This record gives sequence, C-alpha cells and structure tokens, in this order.
Amino acid sequence: MTEAVETRTTTYREAMREAIREALQRDERVFLMGEDVGRYGGTFGVSRGLLEEFGEERIRDTPLSEGGFVGAGIGAAIGGMRPIVEVMTVNFSLLALDQIMNNAATLLHMSGGQINVPLVIRMTTGGGRQLAAQHSHSLEGWYAHIPGIRVLAPATLEDARGMLGPALEDPDPVIIFEHGSLYNMESELDGDAPPVDLTSAGVRREGDDITLVTYGGTLPTTLAAADELAGSGIAAEVIDLRSLRPLDTETILASVRKTRRAVVIDEGWRTGSISAEISARIVEGAFFELDAPIARVCSAEVPMPYAKHMEDAALPQVADVVAAAREVVGSRP
Amino acid sequence: MPRETIELPYEVERLTILGEDGEVDEELVPDLDDDTLLRFHRTMLLARRFDERLLKLQRQGRIGTFAPVSGQEAAQIGSAACLEEADWMVPSFRETAAALWRGTPASALVLYAAGYNEGAAIPEDAHDFPIAIPVASQIPHAVGLAYGSKYRDAGEVVLVYFGDGATSEGDFHEALNFAGTYGTPNVFLCQNNHWAISVPRETQTAAKTLAQKGLAYGIPGIQVDGNDVLAVYAATREAVERARSGEGATLVECVTYRLSVHTTADDPSKYRDEEEVEEWKKRDPITRLQTYLESRDLLSEEDVDDLEEEIAGEVEKAWEEAEKRMEELGDPADMFDHHYAETPPHLEAQRERWTDG
Ligand SMILES: Cc1ncc(C[n+]2csc(CCOP(=O)(O)OP(=O)(O)O)c2C)c(N)n1
Ligand SMILES: [Mg+2]
Repeated sequence: MTEAVETRTTTYREAMREAIREALQRDERVFLMGEDVGRYGGTFGVSRGLLEEFGEERIRDTPLSEGGFVGAGIGAAIGGMRPIVEVMTVNFSLLALDQIMNNAATLLHMSGGQINVPLVIRMTTGGGRQLAAQHSHSLEGWYAHIPGIRVLAPATLEDARGMLGPALEDPDPVIIFEHGSLYNMESELDGDAPPVDLTSAGVRREGDDITLVTYGGTLPTTLAAADELAGSGIAAEVIDLRSLRPLDTETILASVRKTRRAVVIDEGWRTGSISAEISARIVEGAFFELDAPIARVCSAEVPMPYAKHMEDAALPQVADVVAAAREVVGSRP
Repeated sequence: MPRETIELPYEVERLTILGEDGEVDEELVPDLDDDTLLRFHRTMLLARRFDERLLKLQRQGRIGTFAPVSGQEAAQIGSAACLEEADWMVPSFRETAAALWRGTPASALVLYAAGYNEGAAIPEDAHDFPIAIPVASQIPHAVGLAYGSKYRDAGEVVLVYFGDGATSEGDFHEALNFAGTYGTPNVFLCQNNHWAISVPRETQTAAKTLAQKGLAYGIPGIQVDGNDVLAVYAATREAVERARSGEGATLVECVTYRLSVHTTADDPSKYRDEEEVEEWKKRDPITRLQTYLESRDLLSEEDVDDLEEEIAGEVEKAWEEAEKRMEELGDPADMFDHHYAETPPHLEAQRERWTDG
C-alpha cells in the first residue's frame, strides 16, 4: 500500500519542472540542455531554479545552434546518457529537422537495429501569445508524420507531470510538445503524480451526441465549447489524443461509434494536417456509423498574424468549435 | 616528413578612433564633413529616444514585443552610413537605427511593432530587406544577393547585420564559406553586444574574437570599438570599398553592448549584473560623439536641447501617424493577403468564410 499523498494546486509549468527535477534526481545519466535553460531558467520559465539545484554540468546553456545541440543530444543518447534537449519553439526546431528526422528517427534502421536513440526533445508550440509569424506555429502534425519517433502532446497537468519519466525510459526518440498557452494553467495534482501511459488517448468528458477530437493547446478551448454545448442540450464527448504518434485510433472510433458525429479541432493548418489523418481514420473505420459529415476546426492557412485581434481570428476559438458542432448535430441523416 | 607550421596570413586588428573620453586619434579620423557628423549624432539620438518611447508604449500595452537598440546606435549608424542608396542592407531584428538612417519612416516601425505587417513594407525602391527573426537565417540571403550583384556587374554591395549569438548557427558559417569561395561583395557586420538573450558571449564561443571567424573561410576580419561611430565608419568603409572593387567579403565585429532588455518579453535582472550595465553606460556611444562634436564646436548644449525637443516632436508624430493608420487597418480578413503573388482560390475561399463570420 502506498501512503495517501495530498493533492495540491499547481501549474502546468511547475508540473513539467517537477518532472524534470525528478528525472534528474532519479537517474544520473539525465541532463538538460538548450538555449537559455540555465541562468534564465528557460524562455518559458520551465527550468527556473534547476541550475542552482543541479549545477552547470546537468543544466547546460548551449550556444545558439539548434542543429548542433539536437545532434549532440543524439550522440550523447547513443553514448549512454539520457539527455533532455529543450528547443525554444517549434519554429526553431526546423533548424534541427535534419537531425531529428534523418538521424534520430532513422539511426536504428541505418544501424541494422544496433543503435537506439533514447533522446527526449521538449519544445514549446503554438500561438495565442502575440509572437507573430516566425514563432507561433503548431507543427506537431508534421512531426507526427515521421516514423521512428514518438510524439506526445501533454494537455493536462497529470500528463505534463507524468509523461517525461516514461519518455526517458523509451529506447526510441520522443518529442514532447508543450503548448505555450498551457504553462499558466492551474489545477489540482496528486502529490505522488504517477507516471502515465504514453499510448492511449484520454476521454476528458463523456457525452452521447457528438465527439470532439483534439490535443494540446486546443483541449481547454474544446472543453469550454463542450460546456457551452451542454447548455443547449448537446452532450459532447471530448477526446484528448495525448499521443500524436502513435495515434490511438480505437478510442476515437469507439467514441464515434457511440455518438455517430465528430468534429476535429487542430491548431495546425488544415491542409495535410493531423486533423486530416484523424478524419481519414474515422472514415476508414466507422464510415457506416456516421450520421453526418466530419467537420474540422483549424487555424487559418496563413503565417500567424501579430496583432492580437487578428491572431485570435486566425486561431480556433470556442465559438468556432461550438458553431461547427451545432452544424454537425443539426445535419440529420 | 617534417612537422612544420603553416604560415597563415591572418591577424585581427582592433580599431578605436574616438576614445571613451571623447578624444580622437587625429591620424585615423575618417574624412567626414561636419554635416554628416551632425547627422550621425541626430540619427543616433533619434533612435535612442524612439526606443525609449516604444518601450513605454509596450509597457502600456499599445504595441507588441520589440527588440530595443539602445547602446548599439554607433555600430548601426557608422556602418549603414557607408552604404550607397543602391547598396543593400539586410537586417536581423534589432536594426532600428540603421533602418532610420536608410529612410524607413519611424511611423512604419511603430506600426510594425504594434503588430501590423503593413509597417514592414519596405519603402519603394529601397534596397533593404525585411527583418529576420530566425537567428542568422538572413546571412545566406545576403550572400546570394551579393552573388547576383557580382554576376550582373551591378556594383551593389550587400551589408548584413547579425549578433554575437548568430555566429554559432550553421547559417553563419555556411554563408561565410560561400562568400569566401564565390568572392561576393559582402560586408558581414556582427554586433557583438555581449549577450544572446541570457547567454553571455563567453558561453557562445571559445574563440578570442568573433572577427577571427573569417580566417577559416579566407575572409579578413576586423574588430572595432562598436561604441565609436568613427571607428565603425572607418572599418566598414574599408570593407565596402574592398567589396566594391572586387576583392570580396569582410567580417566586421563591432564590440558594443545591449543596454536594454533583449526584447520586451525579457527580464535581464535574472541573468546579468546591473554593475556591468552601469560600466557600459559610461561608454555610451551617443555621449561620446556628443563630447567630440562639442569639442569641435559643432554642437553646443543649447543645440542639443533644441534637438531633443525636435526629436520628441518627431517621435510623437510617428506614434500619431501609426495610430491613425491602425484605425484603418487590421481587418482580420487581411491576414489572407500577401502569401502568394496572387491569392489563390483556396485562400480566397477561406477569406470569404472569415468575412461571412
Ligand atoms: C534559430 C533561432 N533560434 C532561437 C531564436 C530565439 N532568439 C531570438 S534572439 C536570440 C538571441 C540572439 O542573439 P544575438 O545573435 O547575439 O543577437 P542580439 O539579440 O544580441 O541582437 C535568440 C536565441 C531565434 N529567433 N531563432
Ligand atoms: Mg547579442
């Protein structure tokens, strides 16, 4: 029997920091590196205080070289370390895409099964913070396209706290996407914060009338939309994908078979997005159970505008999700 | 089979002309007429006051994030002033002073900082590039641009700005290598302001200077006192002349200091000592030039007071103009503009959906 541990109120940022701290305490092979992670405590404040606690060897500020430090992370992982590499934002991870895709995701294959790359890369993703066109995109779906890596999108405090441990134990590369709008999210968290599974989607709200499928930064938006829909008598079920690769198709299909309707909410650009993949899987697996066409709520297909009201207009909002759900529910077979 | 030393024809000079006390080395003073010197001073002061105003506007929530230039005015004005109109200026994201020198209206800069891309529109015929947020990504562009100039025999020199942090990116090294092999007419102007957000220059590279990074690529490098506008001008002019006469690229490292925040999203008290900032305030590039101009009777205290008043009016006017334009702009449907030469049907369809609500 484990002792009962109290719950407390904390933030997504702190949950993530605790996960890193625990990983550092538990395993000497773990170290964190990236731009501004040390003295500054990370651009989004996730690693604040860790330099003081663990020292410079384990909390390393790097030169400004994404390709360099992601590549070094791969080498360190192969050599027996367990690096956590932080990339400031998903936009800048593109400088390291060659390392991530051509190398991290491919070395096991290139080595005839000899070389695993137990690397964890964390990065901030998404818009809504007025950081404009070269900082704010939601490219999780691109990464989910790549075989050979695991792609996670923690959207709750439990997942922010619980995903890192198992990710570090995974012998293959794992990317963890932290949506920038979630860092200040507060909720209760169990003191003992158990590790979580990395493969299944979560049902965040149950309902019989329509399935809303989402992940990451749009989970709070979608839950708010579900609340609003409940007010007008529509019971929405909300699926949080949690893992974008592999995708838990079964959980999605089970829900759609029950509700017979689906809206996919994805902050990525619609064309060629993960929302397209999910729609395709629903059509492949539950076509005859659908009562209405699937709808999607995605970002406008433009570089992220800078002005606040324009950025809001470009991103999926609660009202957009509600409108899409109403339309799908309203269309009778 | 001897083990011998290869002689590399390489040395890195460091140039200062106007000292911290405002004294000059008469031998080295570049040939600049009084009006030009006064324009240097005026534009540097304008950039400083403009910066301060933007910072206030940002704190009041009236504009978004921006990167202040304070402390780096000499590095930018001294270098931008070496360019002809037809030469190209390729900025990173902190080149307010250089942009003002090149003729970008201050109101456009405010508009952009407020989140309106219309403010990023480059004045007609100006040979300036838009700002580049992905660090160092603009450096290869400058090389390609210069290659085109060389190929067409256009005689246009391309000057590209970047910071100390940028020298760690692959793009920087690849660009210098490319420029070395192609002999392109480039000036690589590094503003070493000692910090890349919270990462100090010593963490960025174990090299003694950034100027020496030209060595590996066969490009000369020079380090200048970046708070000395005369030295920056003299060194950049030599580099521009080399480029124009077909001798290839030069790396100019301006040693300067970021007196303010990295951007308005930053809080430097978390990672640097106020004492260091105070030390650098004593080497303020504007005060230094002002002392020199006063010693030459080109400027009096009264002149400076008048100038301050004039500049305050100009900064105010820039904000008013920007504010007025903001009232006309910002229809969310405008976000579908400017992604293709001609907006394709799939984006037009999205625009219509947005417009219909
Ligand atoms: C490729 C890339 N990585 C990270 C960032 C985030 N970032 C913006 S500015 C900056 C530091 C740049 O330092 P430096 O080149 O010295 O220029 P300075 O800001 O000092 O002018 C960083 C890390 C970025 N914009 N682009
Ligand atoms: Mg710098």
